[in-house]
Amino acid sequence: MVVRTIPKNSSARPGRVLHRNICLAFFRIGMLGFGGGPSSIPLVHQEVVKKYGWMTDDEFGDTLALANTLPGPIATKMAGYIGYRVAGIWGLLNALLASAIPTVVLMIVFLGLLQTYKDIPWVQHMSATVVPVVAVMLAVLTWDFIKKSGETLGWMRAIMLLALSAILIEALHIHPAIVILGCILAVFSPLLKRRKKA
Amino acid sequence: MIYWHLFLAFFIPGILGYGGGPASIPLVEHEVVGNYEWMSTQEFSEVVAIGNSLPGPIATKMAGYIGYTEAGILGSIVAMIATVAPSLILMVFMMAILMKYKDEPEVKNLTKVIRPVIAILLAFMTIQFAQESVEGIGIAYTLIVMVVSFVLLEKVKLHPAFIIALALVFGAITGL
Repeated sequence: MVVRTIPKNSSARPGRVLHRNICLAFFRIGMLGFGGGPSSIPLVHQEVVKKYGWMTDDEFGDTLALANTLPGPIATKMAGYIGYRVAGIWGLLNALLASAIPTVVLMIVFLGLLQTYKDIPWVQHMSATVVPVVAVMLAVLTWDFIKKSGETLGWMRAIMLLALSAILIEALHIHPAIVILGCILAVFSPLLKRRKKA
Repeated sequence: MIYWHLFLAFFIPGILGYGGGPASIPLVEHEVVGNYEWMSTQEFSEVVAIGNSLPGPIATKMAGYIGYTEAGILGSIVAMIATVAPSLILMVFMMAILMKYKDEPEVKNLTKVIRPVIAILLAFMTIQFAQESVEGIGIAYTLIVMVVSFVLLEKVKLHPAFIIALALVFGAITGL
């Protein structure tokens, strides 16, 4: 099922085929990636490296590593960047729209329905029942983040950082953005010092 | 004005959410529920629940939907651009520079150091949702739903989408 993206001897508008492939690839990634962006990375690899051969394994690895060091949603960063590499700015837009728009439309339809009927008592009870379920899912996600913090930083430092950010955010009501910016500055200050010396 | 607020509300999580879309959920909640009060905790939890059950990246789904409810199609577009554009632009146009620094220990440390902050945000959001649920449908019902969904999620390893679907059906039946 390997589709050649830019057939060398084809006279039939290779650009069009390429854009159709980008659109299909990222549409599939968006529609089949349950569980948010990070869980769709294997699907991106499948389409981009294995199916269409737009990148080698190494290039994909580098791109993923880089995307991980930057903030923001991972799936759209990958989509946009790969689209750009393959077909420039239009490729970027194509990949981005194909991966994000269909799922946003689904979201608006589903939640719109829920909103329309929200005055009916059983619908109210239905959406109220979702709250504790979401709380559990968030608790699991929280634990994932705490566990990973402990594993990568060591438990002592992890607990200190956890306590410090809890105090800053919840007791002193400092905006989380400020706390994260503070972390970024603290982490980068040795790098800046090194650069000055060099 | 609403478009500017939407932009800000999603720009901040987009530029500070280290660890992909899910890490930006509490940052989005902070803006949408806490700061701008566009939604109640209950409404936001519906967004997270449905967002988790549908496929595709979670951050853009939340941005697209919340933007749409606040300011229509244009609002949806603004919120999605604010979520996606900042880090994507960095990535596309600064690839060469970023590649040079990607192996520096500081760059590698960044996600590690920010992770505990995100963990705390998630923890307090969890507590807030649990409180909301206790106030809304009572402590007994909340505990039952929490225990059952925890077992299904972590022990039975059922897909989150199915658990949300089950919760919706269960809630509808018990609400009749």
